[in-house]
Amino acid sequence: MNNLIKGEKHDWEMVIGLEIHAQVKSNSKLFSSSSTKFGSSPNSQVSLVDAAMPGMLPVINKYCVEQAVKTGVGLNAKINNYSVFDRKNYFYADLPQGYQISQYKYPIVGEGKVTIDFKDGTSKDIRIVRLHLEQDAGKSLHDQNPSKTYVDLNRSGVALMEIVSEPDIRTPDEAGMYISKIRSILMYLDTCDGNMQEGSLRADVNISVRKPGDEYGTRCEIKNLNSIKFIKQAINYEAKRQIEILESGGSIEQNTMLFNTSTGKTRPMRNKEEAHDYRYFPDPDLLPLEISKEEIGKIKSSIPELPDELKNKFIETYKLSNYDASVLTAEKQTSDYFNETINSDPELKNYAKIVVNWITSELFSLLNKNNQDLNNSPVSPENLGQLIKLISTNEISGKIAKDVLEDMFSSGKTARQIVDEKGLQQVTDQGEIAKVIDEVIAENPKMVEQYLAGKDKLLGFFVGQAMKLTKGKANPKMLNDILKQKLNKKN
Amino acid sequence: MKIDKNTINKIARLSRIKLDDKESEDYIKDLNSILDWVEQLNEVNTENVEPLSNISSSILPKREDVSNDTNSSEEILENAPDKLEGFFAVPKVVE
Repeated sequence: MNNLIKGEKHDWEMVIGLEIHAQVKSNSKLFSSSSTKFGSSPNSQVSLVDAAMPGMLPVINKYCVEQAVKTGVGLNAKINNYSVFDRKNYFYADLPQGYQISQYKYPIVGEGKVTIDFKDGTSKDIRIVRLHLEQDAGKSLHDQNPSKTYVDLNRSGVALMEIVSEPDIRTPDEAGMYISKIRSILMYLDTCDGNMQEGSLRADVNISVRKPGDEYGTRCEIKNLNSIKFIKQAINYEAKRQIEILESGGSIEQNTMLFNTSTGKTRPMRNKEEAHDYRYFPDPDLLPLEISKEEIGKIKSSIPELPDELKNKFIETYKLSNYDASVLTAEKQTSDYFNETINSDPELKNYAKIVVNWITSELFSLLNKNNQDLNNSPVSPENLGQLIKLISTNEISGKIAKDVLEDMFSSGKTARQIVDEKGLQQVTDQGEIAKVIDEVIAENPKMVEQYLAGKDKLLGFFVGQAMKLTKGKANPKMLNDILKQKLNKKN
Repeated sequence: MKIDKNTINKIARLSRIKLDDKESEDYIKDLNSILDWVEQLNEVNTENVEPLSNISSSILPKREDVSNDTNSSEEILENAPDKLEGFFAVPKVVE
Protein backbone atom coordinates (compact mmCIF):
# COMPACT_ATOMS: atom_id res chain seq x y z
CA MET A 1 0.00 0.00 0.00
CA ASN A 2 1.28 3.43 -0.82
CA ASN A 3 0.67 5.89 1.98
CA LEU A 4 2.82 8.66 0.62
CA ILE A 5 1.89 12.08 -0.74
CA LYS A 6 3.60 13.28 -3.88
CA GLY A 7 5.51 16.49 -3.34
CA GLU A 8 7.38 18.77 -5.71
CA LYS A 9 10.77 17.28 -4.88
CA HIS A 10 10.04 13.97 -3.18
CA ASP A 11 7.35 11.96 -1.45
CA TRP A 12 6.11 12.81 2.04
CA GLU A 13 4.71 10.69 4.80
CA MET A 14 2.19 11.85 7.40
CA VAL A 15 2.73 11.02 11.06
CA ILE A 16 -0.50 11.27 13.04
CA GLY A 17 -1.50 10.72 16.65
CA LEU A 18 -4.95 11.21 18.17
CA GLU A 19 -6.18 12.36 21.56
CA ILE A 20 -9.75 11.17 21.84
CA HIS A 21 -12.07 12.68 24.44
CA ALA A 22 -14.90 10.33 25.31
CA GLN A 23 -17.61 11.38 27.75
CA VAL A 24 -18.23 8.66 30.29
CA LYS A 25 -21.78 7.32 30.13
CA SER A 26 -23.02 7.93 33.68
CA ASN A 27 -25.98 9.50 35.44
CA SER A 28 -24.02 12.05 37.41
CA LYS A 29 -20.82 14.04 36.99
CA LEU A 30 -17.28 12.96 37.91
CA PHE A 31 -17.07 14.94 41.15
CA SER A 32 -20.66 16.06 41.80
CA SER A 33 -24.22 14.71 41.76
CA SER A 34 -25.46 16.94 38.94
CA SER A 35 -27.15 15.19 36.04
CA THR A 36 -25.19 14.63 32.82
CA LYS A 37 -28.26 14.70 30.56
CA PHE A 38 -27.64 16.31 27.18
CA GLY A 39 -29.75 19.17 25.85
CA SER A 40 -31.29 20.43 29.10
CA SER A 41 -31.95 24.13 29.56
CA PRO A 42 -28.75 26.12 30.21
CA ASN A 43 -27.18 26.00 33.69
CA SER A 44 -29.95 23.76 35.03
CA GLN A 45 -27.53 20.93 35.93
CA VAL A 46 -24.86 22.82 37.82
CA SER A 47 -24.10 22.07 41.44
CA LEU A 48 -22.14 24.38 43.70
CA VAL A 49 -19.14 22.11 43.10
CA ASP A 50 -19.45 22.49 39.31
CA ALA A 51 -19.73 26.25 39.67
CA ALA A 52 -16.62 26.22 41.90
CA MET A 53 -18.24 28.04 44.78
CA PRO A 54 -15.77 28.64 47.60
CA GLY A 55 -15.36 25.76 50.01
CA MET A 56 -16.92 23.12 47.80
CA LEU A 57 -15.09 19.79 47.68
CA PRO A 58 -15.06 17.16 44.93
CA VAL A 59 -16.20 13.59 45.71
CA ILE A 60 -15.43 11.05 43.02
CA ASN A 61 -18.09 9.00 41.24
CA LYS A 62 -17.33 5.30 41.75
CA TYR A 63 -19.12 4.26 38.57
CA CYS A 64 -17.03 6.61 36.40
CA VAL A 65 -13.89 4.98 37.76
CA GLU A 66 -15.26 1.54 36.88
CA GLN A 67 -16.18 2.75 33.40
CA ALA A 68 -12.61 3.95 32.85
CA VAL A 69 -11.19 0.63 34.03
CA LYS A 70 -13.61 -1.24 31.76
CA THR A 71 -12.52 0.87 28.82
CA GLY A 72 -8.89 0.23 29.68
CA VAL A 73 -9.52 -3.51 29.56
CA GLY A 74 -11.29 -3.07 26.20
CA LEU A 75 -8.20 -1.29 24.87
CA ASN A 76 -6.01 -4.22 25.95
CA ALA A 77 -4.30 -1.84 28.31
CA LYS A 78 -2.57 -1.99 31.65
CA ILE A 79 -4.79 -0.86 34.54
CA ASN A 80 -2.89 1.09 37.17
CA ASN A 81 -3.65 0.23 40.79
CA TYR A 82 -2.54 3.70 41.78
CA SER A 83 -3.38 6.94 40.02
CA VAL A 84 -3.42 10.61 40.97
CA PHE A 85 -5.63 13.58 40.15
CA ASP A 86 -3.82 16.79 39.23
CA ARG A 87 -4.91 20.34 38.61
CA LYS A 88 -4.30 21.67 35.12
CA ASN A 89 -4.38 25.42 35.50
CA TYR A 90 -5.69 27.83 32.88
CA PHE A 91 -8.22 30.63 32.66
CA TYR A 92 -11.25 30.39 30.47
CA ALA A 93 -14.82 31.59 30.87
CA ASP A 94 -16.29 28.09 30.79
CA LEU A 95 -13.92 26.74 33.46
CA PRO A 96 -15.16 28.19 36.77
CA GLN A 97 -12.49 26.48 38.92
CA GLY A 98 -9.65 28.10 37.01
CA TYR A 99 -8.24 24.60 36.66
CA GLN A 100 -9.35 21.30 35.23
CA ILE A 101 -9.05 18.24 37.44
CA SER A 102 -7.17 15.77 35.28
CA GLN A 103 -4.51 13.09 35.60
CA TYR A 104 -0.97 13.88 34.58
CA LYS A 105 1.88 11.78 35.85
CA TYR A 106 -0.13 8.80 37.10
CA PRO A 107 -3.07 8.01 34.80
CA ILE A 108 -5.61 5.32 35.66
CA VAL A 109 -4.82 3.32 32.49
CA GLY A 110 -1.43 2.76 30.87
CA GLU A 111 -0.22 1.30 27.55
CA GLY A 112 -2.57 -0.65 25.31
CA LYS A 113 -3.40 -1.23 21.65
CA VAL A 114 -6.26 -1.53 19.19
CA THR A 115 -6.33 -3.20 15.77
CA ILE A 116 -7.76 -1.67 12.61
CA ASP A 117 -8.77 -3.84 9.61
CA PHE A 118 -8.30 -2.87 5.98
CA LYS A 119 -10.46 -3.83 3.04
CA ASP A 120 -7.68 -5.95 1.52
CA GLY A 121 -7.73 -8.26 4.56
CA THR A 122 -4.61 -6.86 6.26
CA SER A 123 -4.70 -5.18 9.64
CA LYS A 124 -2.57 -2.87 11.76
CA ASP A 125 -2.08 -2.21 15.46
CA ILE A 126 -2.29 1.33 16.82
CA ARG A 127 -0.61 1.65 20.21
CA ILE A 128 -2.31 3.52 23.04
CA VAL A 129 -0.10 5.55 25.37
CA ARG A 130 -2.63 6.04 28.17
CA LEU A 131 -6.18 6.76 29.21
CA HIS A 132 -6.89 9.21 31.98
CA LEU A 133 -9.97 10.61 33.70
CA GLU A 134 -10.69 14.32 33.71
CA GLN A 135 -13.48 16.90 33.91
CA ASP A 136 -15.19 18.29 30.85
CA ALA A 137 -15.49 22.08 30.61
CA GLY A 138 -18.66 24.12 30.13
CA LYS A 139 -19.86 25.30 26.75
CA SER A 140 -19.26 28.77 25.31
CA LEU A 141 -21.45 30.30 22.63
CA HIS A 142 -19.55 32.98 20.73
CA ASP A 143 -21.88 33.73 17.86
CA GLN A 144 -25.01 34.94 19.66
CA ASN A 145 -23.95 38.48 20.49
CA PRO A 146 -21.26 40.77 19.03
CA SER A 147 -19.81 41.79 22.39
CA LYS A 148 -20.65 38.88 24.71
CA THR A 149 -19.89 35.21 25.05
CA TYR A 150 -22.63 33.10 26.62
CA VAL A 151 -21.66 30.32 29.00
CA ASP A 152 -23.59 27.17 29.90
CA LEU A 153 -22.06 25.08 32.67
CA ASN A 154 -24.24 21.97 32.27
CA ARG A 155 -21.29 20.10 30.75
CA SER A 156 -18.88 21.42 33.35
CA GLY A 157 -17.61 18.49 35.42
CA VAL A 158 -18.95 15.65 33.26
CA ALA A 159 -16.42 12.79 33.31
CA LEU A 160 -14.18 12.47 30.27
CA MET A 161 -11.79 9.73 29.31
CA GLU A 162 -8.89 11.06 27.30
CA ILE A 163 -7.41 8.29 25.18
CA VAL A 164 -3.98 9.14 23.75
CA SER A 165 -2.49 7.16 20.86
CA GLU A 166 1.13 6.81 19.79
CA PRO A 167 1.88 8.55 16.47
CA ASP A 168 1.32 5.23 14.65
CA ILE A 169 -1.24 6.54 12.16
CA ARG A 170 -0.06 7.31 8.63
CA THR A 171 -3.10 8.34 6.57
CA PRO A 172 -6.39 10.21 7.04
CA ASP A 173 -8.22 6.93 6.38
CA GLU A 174 -6.31 5.16 9.14
CA ALA A 175 -7.21 8.01 11.49
CA GLY A 176 -10.87 7.53 10.58
CA MET A 177 -10.65 3.77 11.07
CA TYR A 178 -8.89 4.21 14.39
CA ILE A 179 -11.51 6.52 15.86
CA SER A 180 -14.28 4.28 14.48
CA LYS A 181 -12.68 1.33 16.20
CA ILE A 182 -12.36 3.17 19.52
CA ARG A 183 -15.98 4.28 19.20
CA SER A 184 -17.05 0.73 18.49
CA ILE A 185 -15.22 -0.61 21.56
CA LEU A 186 -16.68 2.13 23.78
CA MET A 187 -20.19 1.35 22.55
CA TYR A 188 -19.84 -2.42 23.05
CA LEU A 189 -18.61 -1.71 26.57
CA ASP A 190 -21.39 0.85 27.05
CA THR A 191 -18.90 3.23 28.64
CA CYS A 192 -19.61 6.11 26.21
CA ASP A 193 -22.63 6.69 23.98
CA GLY A 194 -20.32 7.46 21.02
CA ASN A 195 -22.48 10.33 19.84
CA MET A 196 -20.08 12.56 17.92
CA GLN A 197 -22.77 15.05 16.91
CA GLU A 198 -23.57 15.82 20.52
CA GLY A 199 -19.87 15.98 21.32
CA SER A 200 -19.76 12.86 23.52
CA LEU A 201 -16.80 11.78 21.42
CA ARG A 202 -14.34 14.24 19.91
CA ALA A 203 -10.67 14.31 19.04
CA ASP A 204 -7.56 16.46 18.87
CA VAL A 205 -5.24 15.49 16.02
CA ASN A 206 -1.46 15.80 16.17
CA ILE A 207 0.14 15.79 12.75
CA SER A 208 3.56 16.25 11.19
CA VAL A 209 5.09 15.29 7.86
CA ARG A 210 8.50 13.80 7.02
CA LYS A 211 10.56 12.24 4.29
CA PRO A 212 9.95 8.49 4.67
CA GLY A 213 12.53 7.08 7.07
CA ASP A 214 13.48 10.46 8.55
CA GLU A 215 13.00 11.53 12.14
CA TYR A 216 9.58 12.93 13.10
CA GLY A 217 9.00 16.50 11.93
CA THR A 218 7.62 19.36 14.03
CA ARG A 219 3.95 18.77 14.71
CA CYS A 220 0.83 20.87 14.93
CA GLU A 221 -2.23 20.04 16.96
CA ILE A 222 -5.71 20.51 15.51
CA LYS A 223 -8.22 20.95 18.33
CA ASN A 224 -11.70 19.63 18.91
CA LEU A 225 -12.87 17.77 15.81
CA ASN A 226 -16.26 16.13 16.18
CA SER A 227 -16.75 14.08 13.03
CA ILE A 228 -14.72 11.54 11.13
CA LYS A 229 -15.25 13.53 7.96
CA PHE A 230 -13.79 16.67 9.56
CA ILE A 231 -10.87 14.71 10.99
CA LYS A 232 -9.93 13.49 7.52
CA GLN A 233 -10.45 16.90 5.93
CA ALA A 234 -8.40 18.66 8.60
CA ILE A 235 -5.54 16.16 8.26
CA ASN A 236 -5.47 16.48 4.47
CA TYR A 237 -5.47 20.26 4.60
CA GLU A 238 -2.89 20.50 7.37
CA ALA A 239 -0.50 18.00 5.73
CA LYS A 240 -0.64 19.94 2.47
CA ARG A 241 -0.03 23.21 4.31
CA GLN A 242 3.02 21.80 6.08
CA ILE A 243 4.45 20.27 2.90
CA GLU A 244 4.08 23.56 1.05
CA ILE A 245 5.97 25.41 3.80
CA LEU A 246 8.76 22.82 3.91
CA GLU A 247 9.15 22.61 0.14
CA SER A 248 9.49 26.36 -0.17
CA GLY A 249 12.37 26.19 2.30
CA GLY A 250 10.45 27.21 5.42
CA SER A 251 10.08 25.40 8.73
CA ILE A 252 7.03 24.36 10.73
CA GLU A 253 6.21 26.28 13.87
CA GLN A 254 4.72 24.08 16.58
CA ASN A 255 1.21 25.40 16.93
CA THR A 256 -2.30 24.71 18.12
CA MET A 257 -4.70 24.98 15.21
CA LEU A 258 -8.42 25.36 14.79
CA PHE A 259 -10.31 23.77 11.90
CA ASN A 260 -12.96 25.82 10.17
CA THR A 261 -15.64 23.36 9.11
CA SER A 262 -17.14 25.63 6.47
CA THR A 263 -13.89 26.56 4.66
CA GLY A 264 -12.12 23.25 5.30
CA LYS A 265 -9.00 25.14 6.42
CA THR A 266 -6.88 25.17 9.57
CA ARG A 267 -5.53 28.29 11.24
CA PRO A 268 -3.43 28.87 14.36
CA MET A 269 -5.28 29.78 17.56
CA ARG A 270 -4.72 33.40 18.39
CA ASN A 271 -4.55 33.12 22.13
CA LYS A 272 -1.48 30.93 22.37
CA GLU A 273 1.18 32.68 24.43
CA GLU A 274 1.71 30.78 27.67
CA ALA A 275 -1.18 28.53 26.70
CA HIS A 276 0.97 25.54 27.52
CA ASP A 277 2.08 26.57 30.98
CA TYR A 278 -0.50 24.51 32.85
CA ARG A 279 1.47 24.25 36.11
CA TYR A 280 0.17 20.78 36.92
CA PHE A 281 0.23 19.77 40.57
CA PRO A 282 -1.57 17.08 42.59
CA ASP A 283 -5.04 18.23 43.62
CA PRO A 284 -4.91 18.64 47.41
CA ASP A 285 -8.69 18.05 47.60
CA LEU A 286 -8.39 14.48 46.33
CA LEU A 287 -6.50 11.51 47.69
CA PRO A 288 -4.79 9.20 45.22
CA LEU A 289 -7.13 6.74 43.53
CA GLU A 290 -6.32 3.17 44.48
CA ILE A 291 -7.98 0.18 42.86
CA SER A 292 -7.35 -3.31 44.19
CA LYS A 293 -6.59 -6.34 42.02
CA GLU A 294 -9.89 -7.82 43.19
CA GLU A 295 -11.87 -4.80 42.00
CA ILE A 296 -10.11 -4.91 38.62
CA GLY A 297 -10.80 -8.63 38.39
CA LYS A 298 -14.46 -8.09 39.12
CA ILE A 299 -14.75 -5.43 36.42
CA LYS A 300 -12.87 -7.63 33.94
CA SER A 301 -15.30 -10.48 34.46
CA SER A 302 -18.25 -8.18 33.73
CA ILE A 303 -16.97 -7.25 30.28
CA PRO A 304 -19.15 -8.31 27.33
CA GLU A 305 -17.87 -9.79 24.08
CA LEU A 306 -15.86 -7.12 22.25
CA PRO A 307 -15.81 -6.48 18.49
CA ASP A 308 -12.51 -8.31 17.90
CA GLU A 309 -13.58 -11.45 19.77
CA LEU A 310 -16.92 -11.42 18.00
CA LYS A 311 -15.16 -10.89 14.68
CA ASN A 312 -12.99 -13.96 15.20
CA LYS A 313 -16.03 -15.95 16.25
CA PHE A 314 -17.89 -14.96 13.08
CA ILE A 315 -14.89 -15.86 10.91
CA GLU A 316 -14.61 -19.24 12.56
CA THR A 317 -18.30 -20.15 12.81
CA TYR A 318 -19.54 -18.79 9.52
CA LYS A 319 -16.35 -18.80 7.41
CA LEU A 320 -16.69 -15.08 6.74
CA SER A 321 -13.82 -12.97 5.43
CA ASN A 322 -11.91 -10.78 7.85
CA TYR A 323 -13.35 -7.68 6.22
CA ASP A 324 -16.97 -8.88 6.20
CA ALA A 325 -16.66 -9.86 9.83
CA SER A 326 -15.17 -6.50 10.79
CA VAL A 327 -17.94 -4.58 8.99
CA LEU A 328 -20.47 -6.73 10.81
CA THR A 329 -18.92 -6.14 14.23
CA ALA A 330 -18.06 -2.44 13.83
CA GLU A 331 -21.32 -1.48 15.49
CA LYS A 332 -23.00 -3.50 18.17
CA GLN A 333 -26.43 -3.03 16.63
CA THR A 334 -25.18 -4.58 13.36
CA SER A 335 -23.70 -7.67 14.99
CA ASP A 336 -26.83 -8.05 17.13
CA TYR A 337 -29.00 -7.82 14.03
CA PHE A 338 -26.84 -10.36 12.19
CA ASN A 339 -26.98 -12.75 15.14
CA GLU A 340 -30.76 -12.51 15.36
CA THR A 341 -31.18 -12.96 11.62
CA ILE A 342 -28.93 -15.96 11.28
CA ASN A 343 -30.39 -17.62 14.38
CA SER A 344 -33.97 -17.16 13.18
CA ASP A 345 -33.71 -20.33 11.08
CA PRO A 346 -31.29 -23.23 11.53
CA GLU A 347 -30.71 -23.45 7.77
CA LEU A 348 -29.45 -19.89 7.49
CA LYS A 349 -26.04 -20.58 9.00
CA ASN A 350 -25.12 -22.21 5.69
CA TYR A 351 -25.87 -18.94 3.91
CA ALA A 352 -23.95 -16.58 6.22
CA LYS A 353 -22.28 -14.70 3.38
CA ILE A 354 -25.68 -14.05 1.77
CA VAL A 355 -27.03 -12.84 5.12
CA VAL A 356 -24.09 -10.43 5.44
CA ASN A 357 -24.66 -9.07 1.95
CA TRP A 358 -28.36 -8.54 2.48
CA ILE A 359 -27.75 -6.68 5.73
CA THR A 360 -24.74 -4.59 4.76
CA SER A 361 -25.74 -3.69 1.23
CA GLU A 362 -29.48 -4.06 0.57
CA LEU A 363 -30.89 -3.27 4.00
CA PHE A 364 -28.30 -0.60 4.81
CA SER A 365 -28.94 1.25 1.57
CA LEU A 366 -32.71 1.23 2.20
CA LEU A 367 -32.14 2.52 5.74
CA ASN A 368 -29.81 5.20 4.43
CA LYS A 369 -32.23 6.28 1.75
CA ASN A 370 -34.98 6.65 4.35
CA ASN A 371 -32.73 8.22 6.96
CA GLN A 372 -33.37 5.42 9.39
CA ASP A 373 -31.30 3.44 11.80
CA LEU A 374 -30.88 -0.33 12.13
CA ASN A 375 -32.26 -0.02 15.67
CA ASN A 376 -35.68 0.93 14.37
CA SER A 377 -35.54 -0.94 11.07
CA PRO A 378 -39.03 -1.65 9.71
CA VAL A 379 -37.70 -5.05 8.65
CA SER A 380 -37.11 -7.29 11.64
CA PRO A 381 -34.22 -9.80 11.70
CA GLU A 382 -36.75 -12.67 11.57
CA ASN A 383 -38.39 -11.24 8.47
CA LEU A 384 -35.09 -10.69 6.72
CA GLY A 385 -34.19 -14.26 7.65
CA GLN A 386 -37.40 -15.46 6.05
CA LEU A 387 -36.63 -13.54 2.86
CA ILE A 388 -33.14 -15.03 2.64
CA LYS A 389 -34.58 -18.47 3.22
CA LEU A 390 -36.87 -17.92 0.21
CA ILE A 391 -33.83 -17.03 -1.89
CA SER A 392 -31.73 -19.92 -0.65
CA THR A 393 -34.48 -22.44 -1.41
CA ASN A 394 -34.86 -20.96 -4.91
CA GLU A 395 -38.41 -19.96 -4.21
CA ILE A 396 -37.73 -16.44 -5.43
CA SER A 397 -34.83 -15.01 -7.41
CA GLY A 398 -32.35 -12.59 -5.92
CA LYS A 399 -33.56 -9.89 -8.24
CA ILE A 400 -37.18 -10.23 -7.19
CA ALA A 401 -36.08 -10.45 -3.58
CA LYS A 402 -34.82 -6.88 -3.82
CA ASP A 403 -38.29 -5.68 -4.77
CA VAL A 404 -39.78 -7.80 -2.01
CA LEU A 405 -37.43 -6.22 0.54
CA GLU A 406 -38.46 -2.73 -0.54
CA ASP A 407 -42.07 -3.77 -0.19
CA MET A 408 -41.39 -5.24 3.27
CA PHE A 409 -39.65 -2.02 4.23
CA SER A 410 -42.57 0.22 3.31
CA SER A 411 -45.53 -2.03 4.11
CA GLY A 412 -44.21 -3.89 7.14
CA LYS A 413 -45.49 -7.18 5.69
CA THR A 414 -43.49 -10.39 5.85
CA ALA A 415 -41.63 -11.75 2.83
CA ARG A 416 -43.94 -14.76 2.72
CA GLN A 417 -47.07 -12.57 2.63
CA ILE A 418 -45.74 -10.45 -0.21
CA VAL A 419 -44.54 -13.39 -2.29
CA ASP A 420 -47.86 -15.17 -1.88
CA GLU A 421 -50.01 -12.10 -2.48
CA LYS A 422 -48.19 -11.08 -5.63
CA GLY A 423 -47.48 -14.59 -6.85
CA LEU A 424 -43.76 -14.01 -7.08
CA GLN A 425 -42.64 -17.61 -6.65
CA GLN A 426 -39.87 -18.46 -8.99
CA VAL A 427 -40.80 -20.66 -11.95
CA THR A 428 -38.67 -23.76 -11.60
CA ASP A 429 -40.81 -26.04 -13.70
CA GLN A 430 -38.63 -27.18 -16.63
CA GLY A 431 -41.63 -27.67 -18.89
CA GLU A 432 -43.05 -24.25 -18.21
CA ILE A 433 -39.74 -22.52 -18.86
CA ALA A 434 -39.20 -24.54 -22.03
CA LYS A 435 -42.64 -23.51 -23.28
CA VAL A 436 -41.80 -19.83 -22.87
CA ILE A 437 -38.46 -20.28 -24.62
CA ASP A 438 -40.11 -22.00 -27.54
CA GLU A 439 -42.39 -19.02 -27.83
CA VAL A 440 -39.50 -16.56 -27.84
CA ILE A 441 -37.59 -18.55 -30.44
CA ALA A 442 -40.63 -18.86 -32.68
CA GLU A 443 -41.28 -15.13 -32.53
CA ASN A 444 -37.72 -14.05 -33.40
CA PRO A 445 -36.50 -16.17 -36.30
CA LYS A 446 -34.12 -13.49 -37.57
CA MET A 447 -32.41 -13.13 -34.23
CA VAL A 448 -32.04 -16.87 -34.00
CA GLU A 449 -30.35 -16.88 -37.40
CA GLN A 450 -27.94 -14.14 -36.37
CA TYR A 451 -27.18 -15.92 -33.13
CA LEU A 452 -26.42 -19.13 -34.91
CA ALA A 453 -24.20 -17.20 -37.33
CA GLY A 454 -22.01 -16.38 -34.35
CA LYS A 455 -23.53 -13.32 -32.69
CA ASP A 456 -23.24 -14.76 -29.19
CA LYS A 457 -24.26 -11.54 -27.51
CA LEU A 458 -27.84 -12.11 -28.59
CA LEU A 459 -28.21 -14.71 -25.86
CA GLY A 460 -28.91 -11.84 -23.49
CA PHE A 461 -31.73 -10.69 -25.74
CA PHE A 462 -33.45 -14.07 -25.58
CA VAL A 463 -33.02 -14.27 -21.81
CA GLY A 464 -34.52 -10.80 -21.49
CA GLN A 465 -37.53 -11.70 -23.63
CA ALA A 466 -38.17 -14.91 -21.71
CA MET A 467 -37.85 -13.11 -18.39
CA LYS A 468 -40.31 -10.51 -19.57
CA LEU A 469 -42.85 -13.18 -20.40
CA THR A 470 -42.43 -14.79 -16.97
CA LYS A 471 -42.48 -11.37 -15.24
CA GLY A 472 -38.94 -12.01 -14.04
CA LYS A 473 -39.91 -15.13 -12.19
CA ALA A 474 -38.08 -17.78 -14.20
CA ASN A 475 -35.12 -19.32 -12.42
CA PRO A 476 -32.25 -17.60 -14.22
CA LYS A 477 -29.92 -20.58 -14.24
CA MET A 478 -32.52 -22.97 -15.61
CA LEU A 479 -33.60 -20.41 -18.16
CA ASN A 480 -30.05 -19.99 -19.40
CA ASP A 481 -29.39 -23.70 -19.58
CA ILE A 482 -32.57 -24.60 -21.42
CA LEU A 483 -32.20 -21.65 -23.78
CA LYS A 484 -28.69 -22.67 -24.78
CA GLN A 485 -29.76 -26.26 -25.29
CA LYS A 486 -32.67 -25.29 -27.51
CA LEU A 487 -30.70 -22.79 -29.59
CA ASN A 488 -27.83 -25.18 -30.13
CA LYS A 489 -30.24 -27.90 -31.23
CA LYS A 490 -31.27 -25.56 -34.04
CA ASN A 491 -27.75 -25.66 -35.34
CA MET B 1 16.20 28.47 42.21
CA LYS B 2 15.79 32.24 42.51
CA ILE B 3 12.72 34.32 41.77
CA ASP B 4 13.53 37.45 39.78
CA LYS B 5 11.46 40.24 38.34
CA ASN B 6 10.71 38.30 35.12
CA THR B 7 9.53 35.23 36.97
CA ILE B 8 7.29 37.20 39.30
CA ASN B 9 5.75 39.01 36.35
CA LYS B 10 5.10 35.74 34.59
CA ILE B 11 3.48 34.16 37.63
CA ALA B 12 1.35 37.25 38.15
CA ARG B 13 0.22 37.20 34.53
CA LEU B 14 -0.63 33.48 34.66
CA SER B 15 -2.64 34.10 37.82
CA ARG B 16 -4.31 37.21 36.37
CA ILE B 17 -3.02 39.31 39.27
CA LYS B 18 -1.88 42.87 38.71
CA LEU B 19 1.18 43.85 40.75
CA ASP B 20 2.74 47.29 41.09
CA ASP B 21 6.52 47.66 41.53
CA LYS B 22 6.38 47.76 45.29
CA GLU B 23 4.24 44.59 45.44
CA SER B 24 6.53 42.82 43.00
CA GLU B 25 9.52 43.59 45.18
CA ASP B 26 7.70 42.30 48.26
CA TYR B 27 6.64 39.08 46.58
CA ILE B 28 10.13 38.45 45.21
CA LYS B 29 11.44 38.68 48.76
CA ASP B 30 8.65 36.51 50.26
CA LEU B 31 8.78 33.81 47.62
CA ASN B 32 12.57 33.63 47.73
CA SER B 33 12.57 33.11 51.46
CA ILE B 34 9.98 30.32 51.05
CA LEU B 35 12.07 28.69 48.36
CA ASP B 36 15.20 28.98 50.47
CA TRP B 37 13.44 27.20 53.27
CA VAL B 38 12.20 24.43 50.97
CA GLU B 39 15.69 24.18 49.53
CA GLN B 40 16.93 23.17 52.96
CA LEU B 41 14.75 20.08 52.73
CA ASN B 42 16.89 18.98 49.80
CA GLU B 43 19.57 18.08 52.31
CA VAL B 44 17.48 15.11 53.39
CA ASN B 45 18.22 11.93 51.48
CA THR B 46 14.90 10.78 49.98
CA GLU B 47 16.21 8.11 47.65
CA ASN B 48 13.88 5.09 47.55
CA VAL B 49 11.24 6.94 49.56
CA GLU B 50 7.79 7.07 48.01
CA PRO B 51 6.23 10.55 47.97
CA LEU B 52 3.74 10.91 50.82
CA SER B 53 0.43 12.10 49.45
CA ASN B 54 -1.38 12.40 52.76
CA ILE B 55 -0.74 11.74 56.41
CA SER B 56 -4.16 10.42 57.31
CA SER B 57 -3.66 7.16 55.39
CA SER B 58 -7.35 7.29 54.61
CA ILE B 59 -8.80 6.10 51.33
CA LEU B 60 -10.35 8.30 48.65
CA PRO B 61 -14.06 8.43 49.50
CA LYS B 62 -16.34 7.56 46.57
CA ARG B 63 -19.99 8.22 45.80
CA GLU B 64 -22.60 6.12 44.00
CA ASP B 65 -23.64 7.30 40.55
CA VAL B 66 -26.90 8.94 41.52
CA SER B 67 -27.95 12.27 40.07
CA ASN B 68 -30.12 14.79 41.83
CA ASP B 69 -32.79 16.27 39.65
CA THR B 70 -32.87 19.78 41.03
CA ASN B 71 -32.95 22.62 38.55
CA SER B 72 -30.03 24.80 39.54
CA SER B 73 -30.21 27.64 37.05
CA GLU B 74 -31.79 30.30 39.24
CA GLU B 75 -29.51 29.68 42.20
CA ILE B 76 -26.39 29.37 40.07
CA LEU B 77 -27.01 32.57 38.16
CA GLU B 78 -27.93 34.57 41.25
CA ASN B 79 -24.49 36.11 41.67
CA ALA B 80 -23.73 36.52 37.98
CA PRO B 81 -22.92 40.12 37.08
CA ASP B 82 -24.58 39.60 33.71
CA LYS B 83 -26.87 36.90 32.38
CA LEU B 84 -29.25 36.25 29.52
CA GLU B 85 -31.88 33.57 29.00
CA GLY B 86 -30.27 31.23 31.48
CA PHE B 87 -26.71 31.80 30.26
CA PHE B 88 -23.86 33.59 31.97
CA ALA B 89 -22.95 36.55 29.77
CA VAL B 90 -19.22 37.33 29.87
CA PRO B 91 -16.99 39.67 27.85
CA LYS B 92 -16.45 38.27 24.37
CA VAL B 93 -13.86 35.51 24.25
CA VAL B 94 -12.19 35.64 20.87
CA GLU B 95 -11.62 32.30 19.09
